[in-house]
Amino acid sequence: MAAKSYSNPIVKWIEYRLPIFSFLDHELNEYPTPRNLNYWWNFGSLAGIILVIMIATGIVLAMSYMPHVNYAFESVERIMRDVNYGWLLRYIHSNGGSAFFIVVYIHLFRGMYYGSYKAPRELLWIIGVVILLAMMATAFMGYVLPWGQMSFWAATVITNLFSAVPLVGESIVTWLWGGFSVDNPTLNRFYSLHYLLPFVIFALVFVHLWALHVHKSNNPTGVDIKGPQDTIPFHPYYTIKDTFGLGAFMIVFMFFVFFAPNFFGEPDNYIKANPLVTPAHIVPEWYFLPYYAILRAITFDIWFIPAKLIGVAAMFGSILILLFLPWLDRSKVRSATFRPIYKQVFWVFVVDCIILGWVGANTPDADFHGVKMLWIGQAATFYYFFHIVILIPLISVLETPRALPDSISQAVTPGGKS
Amino acid sequence: MSDSASAGGTTADMPVTDDKSRRDFLLISTATVGVVGTALACWPLIHAMNPAADTLALASTEVDLAPVQTGQSITVVWRGKPVFIRRRTADEIKTAEAVPMDKLIDPQPDKARVKKPEWLIMVGVCTHLGCIPLGQKPNDPHGEFGGWFCPCHGSHYDTSGRIRKGPAPKNLEIPPYQFVSDTLIRIG
Ligand code: HEM
Ligand code: FES
Repeated sequence: MAAKSYSNPIVKWIEYRLPIFSFLDHELNEYPTPRNLNYWWNFGSLAGIILVIMIATGIVLAMSYMPHVNYAFESVERIMRDVNYGWLLRYIHSNGGSAFFIVVYIHLFRGMYYGSYKAPRELLWIIGVVILLAMMATAFMGYVLPWGQMSFWAATVITNLFSAVPLVGESIVTWLWGGFSVDNPTLNRFYSLHYLLPFVIFALVFVHLWALHVHKSNNPTGVDIKGPQDTIPFHPYYTIKDTFGLGAFMIVFMFFVFFAPNFFGEPDNYIKANPLVTPAHIVPEWYFLPYYAILRAITFDIWFIPAKLIGVAAMFGSILILLFLPWLDRSKVRSATFRPIYKQVFWVFVVDCIILGWVGANTPDADFHGVKMLWIGQAATFYYFFHIVILIPLISVLETPRALPDSISQAVTPGGKS
Repeated sequence: MSDSASAGGTTADMPVTDDKSRRDFLLISTATVGVVGTALACWPLIHAMNPAADTLALASTEVDLAPVQTGQSITVVWRGKPVFIRRRTADEIKTAEAVPMDKLIDPQPDKARVKKPEWLIMVGVCTHLGCIPLGQKPNDPHGEFGGWFCPCHGSHYDTSGRIRKGPAPKNLEIPPYQFVSDTLIRIG
């Protein structure tokens, strides 16, 4: 980085002591970015903006929210009815949770399609998976805060998953609850952690970007940056492209906030938590449905291992297995554009995840044209793991990739320098 | 470091290997004390999340059974959880006692689950993932075995509260309780 000289004396004074201006200039302004990024590269910056929106609305909600079993539900009702713009803050925050997951899931599938997890971006990918886990914990605990029926029973069912751990399961659950059932101590600690984790996510995002800026963005061809002819400066080219994408996203997001604010919610959560009555049909938030389907797909013991434990292991395993993707996929070609077979099974995998979500929303004994939901869930769960553990490694060694362009510049402007 | 010590000869009266192992010892013991100390210092943080003294103190409840008729169920709260108390009919007791052990997922004779066969007292929390099974009211679903049915993932319990079908691994739990008199019990 060529040392920049600044004319403003205050900037100069600060820069000499803390080179923050040259740092920002280097990372956000002149930062060289592949010239061929498409709109699938918009979702990372969108996720970052949503994180900021969640923290801003969350901090103000926290000023009127009361984390006590006798007041939590009432305080959220008060936010909705009496607090100035409380309804807006809450609807932005609750729909923001859904938007966050949509955007991050697209971001993740983008990475799978274009092979962004491959060397040298393995750690970048792993940090991303850790961010996803932290987001899940945050969203789960946030959902408990309004203390409605779904809040309470989601907390009960999910914390009870840990009772599947051999020997110490029951003690872990009591420890998580701080009592003998989900109760006031549980609500208090969930609130404490719901406040903490977004800031942990913020720090993880920083590390994620740090790793990104070492080797720079991947791109739709998956071919490395070979020189200045392959890149353009981040500002103004991608600041403007990301801002345009943000506008498009906001139109959709605000549609839900203003016109369908409870679309992603469950009516049962407007009934105050009652520890003595379980709602007839408990479902998690939509972004957890595929994992819920995997959990319920395991109804059989394997040798001496009880079904409940395998179900829980499969559920957590479905995310943890993503950590190994960089090593399961042996193909040197990153982008699916040049991988004729992988390109097709990738979409089968996307459809499989959607099927899992659909199964998760239904009761296991429901049937679909005579086929039991449970069987569909089992088949889809099988395919999920089969795809990642068997198909990806196999295709990566057997497939003959198409010829790669010599460079990004050559791919986008034929006859361009390579 | 031991190399330079031997070359410089400053610790010539001491064998070189001795010096190295002394340093290793100091290093390892300091690190061990540090790790154990940190772990011990973490314990209060972890244990603070376990049930507090007042939570534990709420651990017993008395229930008057006099108003409960044969064939009726009541639900009381103990430690924040529902406890099902059912005054069973002679039929229900007979069916429960007649089930052969090899038909059960979690084999337990009916005798072992009651103090007086007429009174079935158990924690009304499904042993799968903690939902409250239906079956306390006459018009609730009672499952395929005439007892309780958990709607969350479909577990069926029989007239002794034993798991018969579905994902739950264990019978409904029997809480510790005593008959204080013929019509009064203390749970916990
Ligand atoms: C990663 C970012 C975050 C996510 C994904 C998230 C998610 C959620 C969700 C799903 C709810 C339940 C919404 C509902 O149904 O009412 C919620 C509630 C809540 N969150 Fe967050 N949250 C985040 C950040 C924060 C932060 C940083 C704070 C405060 C400092 C906060 C404070 C609250 C409060 C007070 C509630 C209860 C009020 C309500 O239910 O609207 N959140 N959060
Ligand atoms: S909690 Fe009762 S069947 Fe799952």
